[in-house]
Amino acid sequence: MTLPSLRTALYSTHLALGARMVPFGGWDMPVQYSSILAEVKAVRTAVGLFDVSHMGRLYISGPRATQFLDWVLTGSASSLRAGRARYCFICNERGGVIDDTIFYRLAEDQYLLVPNAGNRPAVLAWFQDWIGRRFPGGVTIQDRTQSTGLLALQGPGAAQALDQVCRLDGGDAPSTLRAFAWGRGKLAGKAVFMGRTGYTGEDGFELVTEAADAEFLWRTLQDQGALPCGLGARDVLRLEAGLPLHSHEIDPETTPIQAGLERFVRPEGEFAGAPVLRRQQSEGVARKLVGLTLPGRSAPRAGYPILEGGQPVGAVTSGSYSPTLDTSIAMGYVLVRCATPGQTLEVDIRGRAAAAQVVPLPFYTRPRRRPEPA
Amino acid sequence: MNPDDRKYTKEHEWVKLENARTGLALVGITHYAQDQLGDIVYFDLPKPGASLKQLQKMGEVESVKAVSDLFSPVTGQVVETNPELGSHPELANHDPFNAGWLLRVTIAGAGELQKLMSAAEYDAFIGGLH
Repeated sequence: MTLPSLRTALYSTHLALGARMVPFGGWDMPVQYSSILAEVKAVRTAVGLFDVSHMGRLYISGPRATQFLDWVLTGSASSLRAGRARYCFICNERGGVIDDTIFYRLAEDQYLLVPNAGNRPAVLAWFQDWIGRRFPGGVTIQDRTQSTGLLALQGPGAAQALDQVCRLDGGDAPSTLRAFAWGRGKLAGKAVFMGRTGYTGEDGFELVTEAADAEFLWRTLQDQGALPCGLGARDVLRLEAGLPLHSHEIDPETTPIQAGLERFVRPEGEFAGAPVLRRQQSEGVARKLVGLTLPGRSAPRAGYPILEGGQPVGAVTSGSYSPTLDTSIAMGYVLVRCATPGQTLEVDIRGRAAAAQVVPLPFYTRPRRRPEPA
Repeated sequence: MNPDDRKYTKEHEWVKLENARTGLALVGITHYAQDQLGDIVYFDLPKPGASLKQLQKMGEVESVKAVSDLFSPVTGQVVETNPELGSHPELANHDPFNAGWLLRVTIAGAGELQKLMSAAEYDAFIGGLH
């Protein structure tokens, strides 16, 4: 049976804007409005606006919520201060990645955790299973994915655009939030949760509202000059920034160590998957995630073989033409002996062996703002 | 909409006869095709002198999101490729029926054109794809 796709609170807004809609992770989502290249450029040089309401909003609370999250996450909940957020993984007992997530500590025993759209059912089932086995009665999960909206405002102009239209409770401008901090505020009387987080490699915010207020927030930010951007641009942006996409760079059979993301795995403490991850950290892994650049615009795509001297040594997980760098880029897994930056490999692009250079990730780092003259 | 001075394939290519005596013709993709592809970043086209067979693969087009095969609307030989497309593949997005042409070819026989769709038939064909 094919279930009908879910729709975000902004579905009719997207249609009115002429978006091309595609099924993604169980939802009908905009893949582009005007042009993927124009949307990428807006986020790199100005400000773009994304509907990411397809991602989950799980509110986790209870006297054992912190202990529980310390068990199911590779990043520490107990060391995270209220007011801050953290990126990490939800791993199975083989160390494989069930999902990657950003979670926000709302209060001593309250958290907001954002899983990927398509993984929300698996994450919920995994969490409920552990609550029953190790934390019975101590943790409550409220899934507010469909009663709220989630917008991402991203780009060097994001802070200024948000400052124009809203204030944090207490009167400070949203731009006073540091990276991976969050605050609550009001926009024309409507409650907005603002996290200084994102998935584009640029400065920006992720904003949670009641579903009924999502369209008002969207229109208000569009009026500030934010360009509507779809999942097509989002995928190019995250790839340029070297950020993994679940089911591509990471999946239940792949560990954060193989993906080169051990900095998001805490070195001490017990948690699901920890024994496997520790063993891989000390003994090493057979294959590693690398970045590849290829001259020209013909892009490797997911699944294309990676070769060394004509012999297969791995496979591409994501690839695209990069408009920001004007070259083709890809990520993929290769044997460890082929994973050193500077090495030259080849990608089999539909029968043609194209030279590809191993490079450090990310491909793109946003320019640091120079200090303002005194 | 689709100009009626040319013929169309079900794979969304067009062919426009420039000179009936010499058999010179231009080949390109349709507005519908470029709209479906989105931003085009690269064409892999046959070189001058290459032989084409009607409705056989002749090359590839890459957009940011995907790669698609291109099919030749006619049997014939490539005379030249659009010299602008190498550095400006987006011409095929902005002006697919004119400046964004792909190939100039000599066609082997005008009889093959009868197997292709007229503009009105192609309009109806893409209308049925929605």
